[in-house]
Amino acid sequence: MKYVVYGLIIILAILHQDWWNWDDSDTLVGNIVPIGLAYHACVSIAAAILWAAAVKFCWPVGVDEVEEVASGGSSSA
Amino acid sequence: MTPLLIIVAYLSLLLFLGVVSSRFFRGTAADYFLASRGIGSFLLVMSLFGTTMTAFALIGASGESFAVGIGVYGMMASWAGIIHSACFFLVGIKLWSFGKKYGYTTQIQYFRDRFESDKLGLVLFPILVGLVIPYLLIGVMGAGVTIEKVTAGALPSLFAGSGSGPTGVAAGAVPYWLGSAVICMVVLIYVFFSGVRGTAWANAFQTIVFILLGIVTFSVISDKLGGAEKASAMVQEENPHIFRRTVRPDDPMTRHHGLEQAYERKMAAWEAAPESERGKQPKEPHKPRGISQLQFLTYMFIPLSVGMFPHLFQHWLTAKSAKSFRLAVIAHPLLIMLVWVPCVMLGAWATSAYIAGKPVIPLAFSNPNAVLGKMVADLTSDALSGLLTAGILAAIMSSLDSQFLCIGSIFTNDIVGHYVQHDRLSDRQKVMIGRIFVVVIVLITYLLAQTRPGGVFTLGVWCFSGFASLFPLVFASVYWRRTTKAGAYACVITTAVLWVYLFAQSGYGANREYLVAGMMPVAVMTGASALALVVVSLMTQPPSSSTVAKFFPDAQGPSSGS
Repeated sequence: MKYVVYGLIIILAILHQDWWNWDDSDTLVGNIVPIGLAYHACVSIAAAILWAAAVKFCWPVGVDEVEEVASGGSSSA
Repeated sequence: MTPLLIIVAYLSLLLFLGVVSSRFFRGTAADYFLASRGIGSFLLVMSLFGTTMTAFALIGASGESFAVGIGVYGMMASWAGIIHSACFFLVGIKLWSFGKKYGYTTQIQYFRDRFESDKLGLVLFPILVGLVIPYLLIGVMGAGVTIEKVTAGALPSLFAGSGSGPTGVAAGAVPYWLGSAVICMVVLIYVFFSGVRGTAWANAFQTIVFILLGIVTFSVISDKLGGAEKASAMVQEENPHIFRRTVRPDDPMTRHHGLEQAYERKMAAWEAAPESERGKQPKEPHKPRGISQLQFLTYMFIPLSVGMFPHLFQHWLTAKSAKSFRLAVIAHPLLIMLVWVPCVMLGAWATSAYIAGKPVIPLAFSNPNAVLGKMVADLTSDALSGLLTAGILAAIMSSLDSQFLCIGSIFTNDIVGHYVQHDRLSDRQKVMIGRIFVVVIVLITYLLAQTRPGGVFTLGVWCFSGFASLFPLVFASVYWRRTTKAGAYACVITTAVLWVYLFAQSGYGANREYLVAGMMPVAVMTGASALALVVVSLMTQPPSSSTVAKFFPDAQGPSSGS
């Protein structure tokens, strides 16, 4: 499932290019919003949904059990 | 007068919030710089969003939409929705876990440890601070300009104004120097007394304010224009190229022709004037040319900057737990949409809107960044004008506060704390030093802002580009254990050299349409820095087994491959 979610995010990034609405100023969604803007608003909504899926299925291992082992940033020469 | 009173009331409210949050201050450095790592989901999402949304969101989005068209949303906002959340999820959570585990307060502490190099901090320090300064300037300049525009006529007995035209100050307006000074002072006060907790509280409040007011303003202005449908129809008729990403030879381009006529008039006057009395030669307006596919695609690199912003790093470290990130990862694209869509629509409508046969924005108007302020001042009530200005200032201040605090934190922890007194500083001393640095940085930023360098948007793009080009460094540090100290240096130096070179090539930001082989310069810089990091890492000795074990506990053997 993890790879499916990441795959879908990559597909969304490809679909973001939106070749099909590039030259369209005639279509207005609801007679108000130009299609090029409406499409990208949908991309934002899709991004939220896919990142919600990533939070559920791709959550990094071990980060929920982190314990402090030092009190300040150390450094090496 | 009403807008001014509302702005004053809003700033007072913000100060009150700062005072209340300072009551929770525990007096320790960990509390001042990291809120004792106790920020929950809601405050985290609000402070991350408030910090990433600068004057760009409200002033820049509407201004760019006015100048270029609705394509600006796809280039800047929807890419940001995908990439910012990716940075929070893939980089932020990991860095938070390292920060909590090993006690980091700043990015430089992490990089010094991860790459076993004290001097890397010295190389990164001027670069990170140098790139944040323009970002700070965006905010201070945006605030000064906005207040000046909205308060025109408010205090005629105090401010006489100066000159006329786009660079003049209207009579009675709070002048730029004073408006920007007040904003700096307000931010300084709540950052000074309450540290990062104060910025988180203020950011949450301010984020709610600018989202709500953006929506209300959108609704009021669309009503004034005769409804959203009519406003959009006017764009289709007068400037249809604004609603797409191409320009056709037969496009009416009413606004561009208006600019051309204004330019011809100015040129004629300039040529007619005696040579000794001539001012600067008027600039010919750029002909709209649309957005190329490659430019649109390569804009995706700019939001990678979020992965390297030192102030974002500091906010990540304030999280109570890894789970606190969940809401931020999911909600961020939606919040961006809520803020940007209304602003982009308002900017597009401004190109073509007429009321009673008169253009809402004069056809000769040549300052896109002032479009939103002008529409609000001319089309809404004084009260809403004041409230929206408060919203714009909220967007600006919610970034400024984190940046001021972050630079103070870097100076305190990475320079003074690291070299001068090492670990001998008490908590009280660290807080005091942090506060002193915040004051100094606010003062320097204010003075620089008075010179008004470049345009707000141009400055931002170059600043973001620099941070984005360093993204391979942070990503590789988290995911590629073979990344070496030399590879890290190569990445940073490549970024610095290319940034300076390309910035100079663009006329130091003057050429706003500067591209490299049709691509955004950031794409070239990020590609080159990633390549330098990988090649040099593979050619040099792998990191020590102790470092690999520290940051990659699941690794099977020391520095073994990917």
